[in-house]
Amino acid sequence: MREITFAQAAMEALVEEMERDPKIFHMSTDAPDALVEKFGESRVRATPIAESALTGMAIGAASSGFRPIVDWRQVTFAFVAMDQIVNQAAKIHYMFGGQAQFPILYRASVGGGGRSAAQHSQSPYSMFMNMAGLKITLASTPYDVKGLLKSAIRDNNPVIAFESNRLAGLKGDVPQEDYTVPIGKAEVKREGTDITVVALAWQVQEALAAAETLAAEGVSVEVVDPRTLIPMDSETIRASVRKTGRLIVADEAGPTAGASAEIATLVTEDPDTFSCLKAPPKRICALQVPIPYSPVLEDHVFPDRTKIVAGVREVLGIG
Amino acid sequence: MPYPTPETQREMLRTMQTIRRFEERASDDYHAGDIYGVVHCYIGEEAVATGICAALNDDDQIISTHRGHGHCIAKGANLDRMMAELYGREDGYCKGKGGSMHIADFDIGMLGANGIVAGGISIVTGAGLAAQLEGSDRVAVSFFGDGASNAGPFHESLNIAAKWKLPMLYVCENNLHSAQTPASRTLAHEDVAARAAGYGIPGVIVDGNDVFAVYEAASNAVARARAGEGPTLIECKTYRWRKHTERPNQPDQRTQEEIDIWMKRDPIARLVDHLKSQQGQFSDEEWDAMDAAVLKSIEASVVYAKASPFPAPEAALDDLYAD
Ligand SMILES: Cc1ncc(C[n+]2csc(CCOP(=O)(O)OP(=O)(O)O)c2C)c(N)n1
Ligand SMILES: [Mg+2]
Repeated sequence: MREITFAQAAMEALVEEMERDPKIFHMSTDAPDALVEKFGESRVRATPIAESALTGMAIGAASSGFRPIVDWRQVTFAFVAMDQIVNQAAKIHYMFGGQAQFPILYRASVGGGGRSAAQHSQSPYSMFMNMAGLKITLASTPYDVKGLLKSAIRDNNPVIAFESNRLAGLKGDVPQEDYTVPIGKAEVKREGTDITVVALAWQVQEALAAAETLAAEGVSVEVVDPRTLIPMDSETIRASVRKTGRLIVADEAGPTAGASAEIATLVTEDPDTFSCLKAPPKRICALQVPIPYSPVLEDHVFPDRTKIVAGVREVLGIG
Repeated sequence: MPYPTPETQREMLRTMQTIRRFEERASDDYHAGDIYGVVHCYIGEEAVATGICAALNDDDQIISTHRGHGHCIAKGANLDRMMAELYGREDGYCKGKGGSMHIADFDIGMLGANGIVAGGISIVTGAGLAAQLEGSDRVAVSFFGDGASNAGPFHESLNIAAKWKLPMLYVCENNLHSAQTPASRTLAHEDVAARAAGYGIPGVIVDGNDVFAVYEAASNAVARARAGEGPTLIECKTYRWRKHTERPNQPDQRTQEEIDIWMKRDPIARLVDHLKSQQGQFSDEEWDAMDAAVLKSIEASVVYAKASPFPAPEAALDDLYAD
């Protein structure tokens, strides 16, 4: 198999799907060259900076038989389109009694680490998780991002694909052949027996590194990647916790009303899983502040492999 | 432009009267407690939806507003299913999930009423883009109010549609008020149509209570759109006779004097007068018979709505996602 980056894998998904299905077109405020060269300016539209309009136009085009892709670029720019996301895209299928389908892919990068300060460093996926009617993916590897984007494009509902900007350059094995990663299926990224770390996006990579460090000390960490936030594969997560009896959730977003809170609740509200717990669940998240600019401040705010290692030791009561 | 054929003129009258009678009934049944939430009536503005939709083909698409019954009816929606939706019943257009503010019928190109002011403008612009991408000669129509014309989606969508020459009609129903606020306090320029100049597209002002004037403007705009020349902004000056909503405590700042002036410009009476003035074209008896037939269809829709069951409570979980 060949190694390509997360960003390349994502772009491959778009190219392959657009080759497969002429009903797919792409709108963003800057049109990606790789797509324009292949598919031309009509199918790959450079638009005015009008994210609200693009988000809504995708809904109308989808109802007319197209499968639009709107790249908001950063989640930051999706906020000007909140009405179209929350009041329209999320609700339109349900509110009209299921009359029409709205196959739309909205893409947005999330995450920090770029010294870009508060407005350009954020991971607010839990805000969107709260809106019934959307599906939400959050990949952690090149393989997953390609497979998830393909599933998202083929899905007959609005799907938001959040992609961690820290992962853009991450390399990994990606097959040449067509494949998909199903929406709603978590994956155990590393098997272990002492503790489950449910990690999201970039934190999966950090948790895997932490697991490696801890393995040298004889601690066996299981790393579970939900891969989709909505629908959430609670069964895979619970099964892992029933096996290990301990849970850490690692998320680059802040903890308050976050995906981490949802995951912890899915585990503890299930009687069978709750009865297996040997320790209270722990969350390792960003500090609940807007992301600061100065490297010293920013690094202090985010969770990383060191904090995960320390958290595992704490939950296990070792050192 | 010549008048539409006598048959079309009668069809227009029937549509306008259907809108009026439907809403009179919806209002009564709302006050009787059979229809819930909030109902916005279009009475007084019937010529706008009717004149615009008369210029459209069946496969052309429209999007509506919170004041949507008129657009639905003018596009050919089924009265029974509309009324059943207002009644919150299983056979309503949205299986009771939408109500007055959210009726859609995608099969007839009615992409939905919308509870968010200006919320539909970009959605239907996407339908126009779809028509263009397909190479079809469909056009798409956005209905919206004077209030909505001050919101971002109006400007974003007009700029894009003009730049991309999308086959669009943007139809502003300027009824001189948005909720309790007179347009004179919110519009920087009293004519919404004047804004078209900023996007390099035609901006047309018409008497929105003259169904022929609306029809003519729509026909011109449709021809332009189908020819690939892009969108037109049509501003219809009109007036709603009733308060903003049917809520019993709905405030209304408008003067009786203003309301009276506009009620004298009744679009339906004007069309009836016109038809009657055509020698031998339309008699009092014919008008009475038409109205009776309209009332019968409204009554039938209420019977249908009442006969339709309420949805099962668990149906609240249906249709969250498409398969
Ligand atoms: C974004 C938004 N803000 C406020 C409202 C509340 N609201 C509903 S209708 C309305 C007035 C709309 O006026 P206009 O666009 O002129 O339409 P009209 O009611 O006159 O037909 C308002 C303020 C809303 N539904 N959506
Ligand atoms: Mg108004």
